[in-house]
Amino acid sequence: MANVTRSRPLSPHLQIYKPIPTMVMSILHRITGVALYFGTILVVAWLIAVASGEARYNSISWIFGTIPALLVLFGYSWALFHHMLGGIRHFMWDMGHGYEKSFSTKLAIGNMIGSICLTVLLWIVIYLVRF
Amino acid sequence: MDMRTPLGKVRGLGSAKNGTEHFWHQRVTAVSNVPLMLFFMFFIVRYAGAPYAEAVSALSNPFVAVVMALVVLSGLIHMRLGMQVVIEDYVHNDAVKLGLLMLNTFFAIIVGALCLFAILKIAFTG
Ligand code: HEM
Repeated sequence: MANVTRSRPLSPHLQIYKPIPTMVMSILHRITGVALYFGTILVVAWLIAVASGEARYNSISWIFGTIPALLVLFGYSWALFHHMLGGIRHFMWDMGHGYEKSFSTKLAIGNMIGSICLTVLLWIVIYLVRF
Repeated sequence: MDMRTPLGKVRGLGSAKNGTEHFWHQRVTAVSNVPLMLFFMFFIVRYAGAPYAEAVSALSNPFVAVVMALVVLSGLIHMRLGMQVVIEDYVHNDAVKLGLLMLNTFFAIIVGALCLFAILKIAFTG
């Protein structure tokens, strides 16, 4: 019996299909969710640094200001915006709206454009506030 | 004595035996995450890379401290539920799955304890 289950044909998976916007956004919602999960380490590190006094705080500010760290933080902020907009799309679906094919495709593309614009805007504002 | 009919007792439970609770808690925390994460972003915009004294005084504000604690709690409960689904989807070995589900819970609780302690320490001792 075990053999039967093991050699059962598998249904086609991701690599079989041509990527379409809704599908890519669906996967990205999961990837950004998981990225944010591990991104909480950045948040906890920063909070602990603030709680540990000025020297620790200055070290983490320095680390977060290096180019590799800034790239990670940029990615983290994009993931947060992207996942948030994706989550709002989920609310709409949960209420039973927005399942029409052309509309959901437009919204998927809008999600991508929206998250990129919001992220760029966020960083422009961060730099305006700082300098 | 239990007055509920057999059908009434199982309604909404489904095959996972805990009904729609998981789905529902994920939605509730997703809804609370929206304003909380927006607050978090405004906070980051204002205080990312700020001088130490400024960051401490911001987090010492009672309103900021409480909302920041809510950001942490709502975010962690939500992500723990979300990661649980991801693990259940991809890990099919029972022992490994059980281990990862436990790690998921431990991770969320440890991160939560550290964040809350840090927030309270800053709020109470400046
Ligand atoms: C900003 C507001 C947020 C909203 C509106 C939101 C919304 C959602 C929704 C509706 C789902 C369910 C998706 C589904 O059923 O397929 C979900 C999944 C998930 N979320 Fe969030 N979320 C937010 C923030 C976060 C944050 C901050 C984290 C991590 C720290 C996170 C981590 C996850 C994870 C790991 C999943 C599971 C992904 C999956 O099953 O594909 N979310 N989110």
